[in-house]
Amino acid sequence: MPATVVTITSGKGGVGKTTATANIGVALAAGGQRVVCLDADIGLRNLDVVMGLENRIVYDLVDVVEGRCRLKQALIKDKRLPDLHLIPAAQTRDKSAVSPTDMVRLADELRPDFDWIIIDSPAGIERGFRNAIAPADRVLIITNPEVSAVRDADRIIGLIEAEEKGPAELILNRVRADMVKRGDMLGTADVLEVLAIELIGLVPEDENIVVASNRGAPAALDGNSRAGQAFRNIARRLNGEDVPFMNLDESKGFFERLARLVRPGG
Amino acid sequence: MSSFFSRLTGRRDASSAETAKERLKLVLIHDRTDISPAVIEVLKDEIIAVISRHVDIDRDLVEINLTQNNRESRLVADIPLINSPKKRRG
Ligand SMILES: Nc1ncnc2c1ncn2[C@@H]1O[C@H](COP(=O)(O)OP(=O)(O)OP(=O)(O)O)[C@@H](O)[C@H]1O
Ligand SMILES: [Mg+2]
Repeated sequence: MPATVVTITSGKGGVGKTTATANIGVALAAGGQRVVCLDADIGLRNLDVVMGLENRIVYDLVDVVEGRCRLKQALIKDKRLPDLHLIPAAQTRDKSAVSPTDMVRLADELRPDFDWIIIDSPAGIERGFRNAIAPADRVLIITNPEVSAVRDADRIIGLIEAEEKGPAELILNRVRADMVKRGDMLGTADVLEVLAIELIGLVPEDENIVVASNRGAPAALDGNSRAGQAFRNIARRLNGEDVPFMNLDESKGFFERLARLVRPGG
Repeated sequence: MSSFFSRLTGRRDASSAETAKERLKLVLIHDRTDISPAVIEVLKDEIIAVISRHVDIDRDLVEINLTQNNRESRLVADIPLINSPKKRRG
Protein backbone atom coordinates (compact mmCIF):
# COMPACT_ATOMS: atom_id res chain seq x y z
CA MET A 1 0.00 0.00 0.00
CA PRO A 2 1.37 3.43 -0.90
CA ALA A 3 2.07 5.87 1.93
CA THR A 4 -0.53 8.05 3.58
CA VAL A 5 0.53 11.70 3.69
CA VAL A 6 -0.25 13.38 7.02
CA THR A 7 0.34 17.12 7.38
CA ILE A 8 0.62 18.70 10.81
CA THR A 9 -0.28 22.37 10.80
CA SER A 10 -1.59 25.03 13.20
CA GLY A 11 -1.89 28.59 12.01
CA LYS A 12 -0.24 29.95 15.14
CA GLY A 13 3.48 29.46 15.65
CA GLY A 14 5.11 27.58 18.48
CA VAL A 15 2.20 25.33 19.44
CA GLY A 16 4.02 22.03 18.83
CA LYS A 17 3.95 21.11 15.11
CA THR A 18 7.61 20.08 14.95
CA THR A 19 7.44 18.25 18.27
CA ALA A 20 4.35 16.35 17.10
CA THR A 21 5.87 15.49 13.70
CA ALA A 22 9.02 14.04 15.27
CA ASN A 23 7.16 12.11 17.96
CA ILE A 24 4.45 10.68 15.74
CA GLY A 25 7.12 9.70 13.21
CA VAL A 26 9.14 7.97 15.92
CA ALA A 27 6.09 6.19 17.30
CA LEU A 28 5.00 4.89 13.88
CA ALA A 29 8.52 3.75 12.98
CA ALA A 30 8.97 2.05 16.36
CA GLY A 31 5.98 -0.06 15.39
CA GLY A 32 7.86 -1.23 12.32
CA GLN A 33 6.18 1.01 9.75
CA ARG A 34 8.27 2.83 7.15
CA VAL A 35 8.16 6.55 7.87
CA VAL A 36 9.57 9.69 6.35
CA CYS A 37 9.27 13.01 8.19
CA LEU A 38 9.44 15.95 5.85
CA ASP A 39 10.34 19.43 7.10
CA ALA A 40 8.36 21.93 5.02
CA ASP A 41 9.40 24.90 7.16
CA ILE A 42 11.91 26.27 4.66
CA GLY A 43 14.18 28.93 6.15
CA LEU A 44 13.42 27.89 9.74
CA ARG A 45 14.43 24.28 9.76
CA ASN A 46 14.04 22.57 13.14
CA LEU A 47 12.82 19.05 12.65
CA ASP A 48 16.44 17.91 12.16
CA VAL A 49 17.52 19.06 15.63
CA VAL A 50 14.37 17.81 17.34
CA MET A 51 15.04 14.38 15.80
CA GLY A 52 18.77 14.60 16.57
CA LEU A 53 19.83 14.25 12.92
CA GLU A 54 21.32 17.68 12.28
CA ASN A 55 24.85 16.35 11.78
CA ARG A 56 23.89 14.06 8.94
CA ILE A 57 22.45 16.59 6.54
CA VAL A 58 24.05 16.86 3.13
CA TYR A 59 21.14 17.71 0.84
CA ASP A 60 17.75 19.22 1.58
CA LEU A 61 14.24 19.61 0.19
CA VAL A 62 15.16 22.53 -2.07
CA ASP A 63 18.16 20.61 -3.48
CA VAL A 64 15.74 17.86 -4.50
CA VAL A 65 13.20 20.25 -6.01
CA GLU A 66 15.87 22.14 -7.93
CA GLY A 67 17.47 18.94 -9.19
CA ARG A 68 20.83 19.21 -7.42
CA CYS A 69 20.44 15.72 -6.01
CA ARG A 70 18.23 12.69 -6.29
CA LEU A 71 15.46 12.21 -3.76
CA LYS A 72 17.21 9.18 -2.21
CA GLN A 73 20.30 11.30 -1.49
CA ALA A 74 18.30 13.74 0.65
CA LEU A 75 16.73 10.97 2.72
CA ILE A 76 18.47 10.78 6.10
CA LYS A 77 18.22 7.54 8.02
CA ASP A 78 17.49 7.80 11.73
CA LYS A 79 20.17 6.65 14.21
CA ARG A 80 17.86 4.55 16.39
CA LEU A 81 15.01 3.36 14.22
CA PRO A 82 15.84 1.72 10.88
CA ASP A 83 12.41 2.55 9.44
CA LEU A 84 12.54 6.28 10.23
CA HIS A 85 13.78 8.90 7.75
CA LEU A 86 13.99 12.65 7.48
CA ILE A 87 14.00 15.03 4.55
CA PRO A 88 15.28 18.31 5.98
CA ALA A 89 14.17 21.79 4.93
CA ALA A 90 16.65 24.23 3.42
CA GLN A 91 17.86 26.74 5.96
CA THR A 92 19.15 29.51 3.71
CA ARG A 93 16.24 29.78 1.28
CA ASP A 94 12.65 30.89 1.61
CA LYS A 95 9.28 29.26 1.02
CA SER A 96 8.99 30.54 -2.54
CA ALA A 97 11.76 28.10 -3.56
CA VAL A 98 9.12 25.34 -3.51
CA SER A 99 5.60 25.23 -4.97
CA PRO A 100 2.56 23.14 -4.03
CA THR A 101 3.01 21.21 -7.30
CA ASP A 102 6.62 20.40 -6.35
CA MET A 103 5.36 19.02 -3.04
CA VAL A 104 2.75 16.84 -4.71
CA ARG A 105 5.36 15.47 -7.13
CA LEU A 106 7.82 14.80 -4.29
CA ALA A 107 5.21 13.03 -2.18
CA ASP A 108 4.17 10.89 -5.15
CA GLU A 109 7.77 9.85 -5.64
CA LEU A 110 8.05 8.85 -1.95
CA ARG A 111 4.70 7.10 -1.64
CA PRO A 112 5.61 3.65 -3.03
CA ASP A 113 8.53 3.19 -0.58
CA PHE A 114 6.85 4.25 2.67
CA ASP A 115 3.81 3.68 4.85
CA TRP A 116 3.66 7.23 6.23
CA ILE A 117 4.87 10.62 5.08
CA ILE A 118 4.55 13.11 7.93
CA ILE A 119 4.88 16.77 6.92
CA ASP A 120 5.87 19.46 9.41
CA SER A 121 4.12 22.64 8.22
CA PRO A 122 5.37 26.15 8.95
CA ALA A 123 3.12 28.52 10.91
CA GLY A 124 0.89 30.94 9.03
CA ILE A 125 -1.51 30.61 6.12
CA GLU A 126 0.74 31.61 3.24
CA ARG A 127 2.89 29.77 0.70
CA GLY A 128 4.62 27.48 3.20
CA PHE A 129 1.28 26.30 4.58
CA ARG A 130 -0.08 25.80 1.04
CA ASN A 131 3.02 23.74 0.21
CA ALA A 132 2.60 21.60 3.31
CA ILE A 133 -1.06 20.73 2.74
CA ALA A 134 -0.90 20.26 -1.05
CA PRO A 135 -0.04 16.52 -0.95
CA ALA A 136 -1.93 15.75 2.29
CA ASP A 137 -4.31 12.82 2.60
CA ARG A 138 -4.99 13.72 6.23
CA VAL A 139 -4.50 17.01 8.05
CA LEU A 140 -3.86 17.16 11.78
CA ILE A 141 -4.35 20.58 13.31
CA ILE A 142 -2.46 21.15 16.53
CA THR A 143 -3.35 23.82 19.05
CA ASN A 144 -2.90 24.81 22.69
CA PRO A 145 -5.78 25.52 25.07
CA GLU A 146 -5.46 29.30 24.66
CA VAL A 147 -7.77 31.80 22.99
CA SER A 148 -5.38 32.94 20.26
CA ALA A 149 -4.17 29.43 19.36
CA VAL A 150 -7.73 28.07 19.17
CA ARG A 151 -8.83 31.03 17.07
CA ASP A 152 -6.02 30.41 14.58
CA ALA A 153 -6.83 26.69 14.53
CA ASP A 154 -10.39 27.60 13.59
CA ARG A 155 -9.15 29.66 10.67
CA ILE A 156 -7.05 26.73 9.47
CA ILE A 157 -10.01 24.34 9.78
CA GLY A 158 -11.97 26.66 7.49
CA LEU A 159 -9.12 26.79 4.94
CA ILE A 160 -8.72 23.00 4.99
CA GLU A 161 -12.46 22.60 4.37
CA ALA A 162 -12.29 25.10 1.52
CA GLU A 163 -9.39 23.14 -0.03
CA GLU A 164 -11.43 19.95 0.37
CA LYS A 165 -8.64 18.39 2.42
CA GLY A 166 -10.93 17.82 5.39
CA PRO A 167 -12.18 16.76 7.72
CA ALA A 168 -9.14 17.81 9.73
CA GLU A 169 -8.48 16.20 13.10
CA LEU A 170 -7.32 17.97 16.24
CA ILE A 171 -4.34 17.53 18.56
CA LEU A 172 -4.70 19.51 21.76
CA ASN A 173 -1.17 20.03 23.11
CA ARG A 174 0.28 21.35 26.37
CA VAL A 175 -2.80 20.69 28.47
CA ARG A 176 -2.23 21.37 32.17
CA ALA A 177 -4.61 19.31 34.27
CA ASP A 178 -4.07 21.49 37.36
CA MET A 179 -5.04 24.68 35.52
CA VAL A 180 -8.05 23.07 33.83
CA LYS A 181 -9.21 21.83 37.21
CA ARG A 182 -9.15 25.26 38.81
CA GLY A 183 -10.94 26.78 35.83
CA ASP A 184 -7.94 28.66 34.46
CA MET A 185 -7.42 26.71 31.27
CA LEU A 186 -9.84 25.70 28.52
CA GLY A 187 -10.62 21.99 28.86
CA THR A 188 -10.80 19.46 26.05
CA ALA A 189 -14.59 19.56 25.92
CA ASP A 190 -14.54 23.37 25.66
CA VAL A 191 -12.09 23.38 22.76
CA LEU A 192 -13.96 20.61 20.93
CA GLU A 193 -17.28 22.37 21.41
CA VAL A 194 -15.90 25.60 19.98
CA LEU A 195 -14.04 24.05 17.03
CA ALA A 196 -16.50 21.22 16.29
CA ILE A 197 -13.92 18.77 14.90
CA GLU A 198 -12.74 15.26 15.78
CA LEU A 199 -10.03 14.82 18.38
CA ILE A 200 -7.07 12.58 17.52
CA GLY A 201 -4.69 13.52 20.32
CA LEU A 202 -4.56 14.97 23.78
CA VAL A 203 -1.02 15.79 24.91
CA PRO A 204 -0.11 17.03 28.39
CA GLU A 205 2.40 19.75 29.14
CA ASP A 206 5.49 17.70 29.94
CA GLU A 207 9.03 18.72 30.93
CA ASN A 208 10.29 15.64 29.12
CA ILE A 209 9.59 17.41 25.83
CA VAL A 210 12.25 19.99 26.67
CA VAL A 211 14.70 17.34 27.87
CA ALA A 212 14.00 15.34 24.71
CA SER A 213 14.71 18.31 22.47
CA ASN A 214 17.92 19.03 24.40
CA ARG A 215 19.08 15.51 23.60
CA GLY A 216 17.61 15.21 20.11
CA ALA A 217 15.73 12.10 21.19
CA PRO A 218 11.93 12.52 20.87
CA ALA A 219 9.89 11.76 23.99
CA ALA A 220 7.96 9.00 22.21
CA LEU A 221 11.14 6.91 22.66
CA ASP A 222 10.87 7.34 26.42
CA GLY A 223 8.47 4.90 28.07
CA ASN A 224 8.13 7.15 31.12
CA SER A 225 7.10 10.36 29.39
CA ARG A 226 3.39 11.20 29.54
CA ALA A 227 3.60 13.31 26.39
CA GLY A 228 5.54 10.49 24.73
CA GLN A 229 2.70 8.13 25.62
CA ALA A 230 0.18 10.60 24.21
CA PHE A 231 2.08 10.74 20.90
CA ARG A 232 2.29 6.94 20.77
CA ASN A 233 -1.49 6.88 21.21
CA ILE A 234 -1.88 9.27 18.27
CA ALA A 235 0.20 6.92 16.11
CA ARG A 236 -2.05 4.01 17.04
CA ARG A 237 -5.18 6.06 16.24
CA LEU A 238 -3.69 6.96 12.84
CA ASN A 239 -3.51 3.21 12.26
CA GLY A 240 -7.20 2.93 12.98
CA GLU A 241 -6.96 1.62 16.54
CA ASP A 242 -9.52 2.76 19.05
CA VAL A 243 -7.37 4.06 21.92
CA PRO A 244 -9.01 5.81 24.89
CA PHE A 245 -7.85 9.37 25.55
CA MET A 246 -5.73 10.13 28.59
CA ASN A 247 -7.71 11.66 31.36
CA LEU A 248 -5.89 15.00 31.60
CA ASP A 249 -8.56 17.39 32.63
CA GLU A 250 -11.12 15.58 34.69
CA SER A 251 -13.06 18.57 35.93
CA LYS A 252 -14.47 16.69 38.88
CA GLY A 253 -12.13 16.83 41.85
CA PHE A 254 -10.37 13.87 43.35
CA PHE A 255 -12.69 13.76 46.33
CA GLU A 256 -15.78 13.84 44.17
CA ARG A 257 -14.48 10.89 42.22
CA LEU A 258 -13.60 9.12 45.45
CA ALA A 259 -17.12 9.77 46.73
CA ARG A 260 -18.53 8.19 43.59
CA LEU A 261 -16.36 5.13 44.17
CA VAL A 262 -17.43 4.58 47.75
CA ARG A 263 -21.04 5.48 47.06
CA PRO A 264 -21.89 3.63 43.87
CA GLY A 265 -24.91 4.90 42.05
CA GLY A 266 -24.76 8.15 43.99
CA MET B 1 -11.01 43.43 42.51
CA SER B 2 -13.87 41.89 40.62
CA SER B 3 -14.99 40.00 43.70
CA PHE B 4 -15.98 43.38 45.15
CA PHE B 5 -18.55 43.77 42.40
CA SER B 6 -19.62 40.17 42.50
CA ARG B 7 -20.27 40.52 46.20
CA LEU B 8 -22.38 43.60 45.49
CA THR B 9 -24.36 41.91 42.76
CA GLY B 10 -24.38 38.51 44.43
CA ARG B 11 -23.07 36.96 41.22
CA ARG B 12 -20.29 34.38 41.03
CA ASP B 13 -17.22 35.32 39.01
CA ALA B 14 -16.91 33.38 35.78
CA SER B 15 -13.70 31.36 35.76
CA SER B 16 -11.10 32.58 33.27
CA ALA B 17 -11.66 29.41 31.23
CA GLU B 18 -15.39 30.15 30.96
CA THR B 19 -14.60 33.71 29.94
CA ALA B 20 -12.14 32.42 27.33
CA LYS B 21 -14.77 30.10 25.87
CA GLU B 22 -17.42 32.80 25.61
CA ARG B 23 -14.99 35.26 24.03
CA LEU B 24 -13.84 32.62 21.54
CA LYS B 25 -17.39 31.77 20.52
CA LEU B 26 -18.19 35.39 19.78
CA VAL B 27 -14.98 36.10 17.93
CA LEU B 28 -15.36 32.94 15.80
CA ILE B 29 -18.89 33.76 14.71
CA HIS B 30 -17.51 36.80 12.95
CA ASP B 31 -14.21 35.17 11.81
CA ARG B 32 -16.10 32.36 10.14
CA THR B 33 -18.58 34.39 8.16
CA ASP B 34 -16.77 37.60 7.44
CA ILE B 35 -20.05 39.44 8.09
CA SER B 36 -19.42 42.52 10.19
CA PRO B 37 -21.94 44.01 12.61
CA ALA B 38 -22.23 46.95 10.18
CA VAL B 39 -23.35 44.62 7.39
CA ILE B 40 -25.93 43.11 9.73
CA GLU B 41 -27.33 46.58 10.40
CA VAL B 42 -27.66 47.24 6.66
CA LEU B 43 -29.37 43.87 6.15
CA LYS B 44 -31.76 44.63 8.96
CA ASP B 45 -32.80 47.98 7.48
CA GLU B 46 -33.35 46.49 4.06
CA ILE B 47 -35.28 43.49 5.38
CA ILE B 48 -37.54 45.83 7.36
CA ALA B 49 -38.11 47.93 4.23
CA VAL B 50 -39.03 44.94 2.05
CA ILE B 51 -41.26 43.18 4.55
CA SER B 52 -43.12 46.26 5.67
CA ARG B 53 -44.12 46.93 2.08
CA HIS B 54 -46.35 43.85 2.38
CA VAL B 55 -47.18 43.36 6.06
CA ASP B 56 -47.24 45.45 9.21
CA ILE B 57 -44.28 44.67 11.43
CA ASP B 58 -43.01 45.99 14.73
CA ARG B 59 -39.85 47.63 13.40
CA ASP B 60 -38.32 48.28 16.82
CA LEU B 61 -38.37 44.62 17.82
CA VAL B 62 -36.85 43.17 14.63
CA GLU B 63 -33.73 41.12 15.36
CA ILE B 64 -31.18 39.73 12.91
CA ASN B 65 -28.58 37.42 14.40
CA LEU B 66 -25.73 35.22 13.23
CA THR B 67 -25.81 31.80 14.86
CA GLN B 68 -23.55 28.77 14.59
CA ASN B 69 -24.14 25.10 14.93
CA ASN B 70 -21.37 22.61 14.12
CA ARG B 71 -19.47 25.14 12.01
CA GLU B 72 -22.60 25.94 9.97
CA SER B 73 -23.56 29.58 10.13
CA ARG B 74 -26.99 30.97 9.58
CA LEU B 75 -28.71 34.31 9.73
CA VAL B 76 -31.75 34.17 11.92
CA ALA B 77 -34.36 36.89 11.59
CA ASP B 78 -37.04 37.43 14.19
CA ILE B 79 -39.68 39.76 12.81
CA PRO B 80 -42.71 40.42 15.04
CA LEU B 81 -45.91 41.10 13.11
CA ILE B 82 -48.52 43.59 14.20
CA ASN B 83 -51.88 41.84 14.24
CA SER B 84 -54.39 43.39 11.90
CA PRO B 85 -57.65 43.98 13.87
CA LYS B 86 -59.68 44.63 10.69
CA LYS B 87 -59.02 41.23 9.21
CA ARG B 88 -59.73 39.36 12.41
CA ARG B 89 -63.10 40.96 12.91
CA GLY B 90 -64.02 40.89 9.25
N1 LIG C 1 3.61 18.97 25.35
C1 LIG C 1 4.59 19.85 25.56
N2 LIG C 1 5.08 20.05 26.81
C2 LIG C 1 6.08 20.94 27.02
N3 LIG C 1 6.65 21.68 26.06
C3 LIG C 1 6.21 21.54 24.80
C4 LIG C 1 5.17 20.62 24.48
N4 LIG C 1 4.95 20.70 23.14
C5 LIG C 1 5.81 21.61 22.66
N5 LIG C 1 6.58 22.12 23.64
C6 LIG C 1 7.63 23.15 23.49
O1 LIG C 1 7.06 24.25 22.81
C7 LIG C 1 8.02 24.84 21.95
C8 LIG C 1 7.46 24.94 20.55
O2 LIG C 1 7.30 23.65 20.02
P1 LIG C 1 7.53 23.33 18.47
O3 LIG C 1 8.83 23.86 18.00
O4 LIG C 1 7.23 21.90 18.28
O5 LIG C 1 6.35 24.23 17.87
P2 LIG C 1 6.07 24.59 16.33
O6 LIG C 1 4.59 24.66 16.21
O7 LIG C 1 6.78 23.63 15.45
O8 LIG C 1 6.72 26.03 16.21
P3 LIG C 1 6.97 26.88 14.86
O9 LIG C 1 5.64 27.48 14.51
O10 LIG C 1 7.98 27.89 15.26
O11 LIG C 1 7.46 25.92 13.82
C9 LIG C 1 9.28 24.01 22.03
O12 LIG C 1 10.18 24.63 22.90
C10 LIG C 1 8.78 22.69 22.62
O13 LIG C 1 9.78 22.05 23.36
MG1 LIG D 1 8.15 24.03 13.82
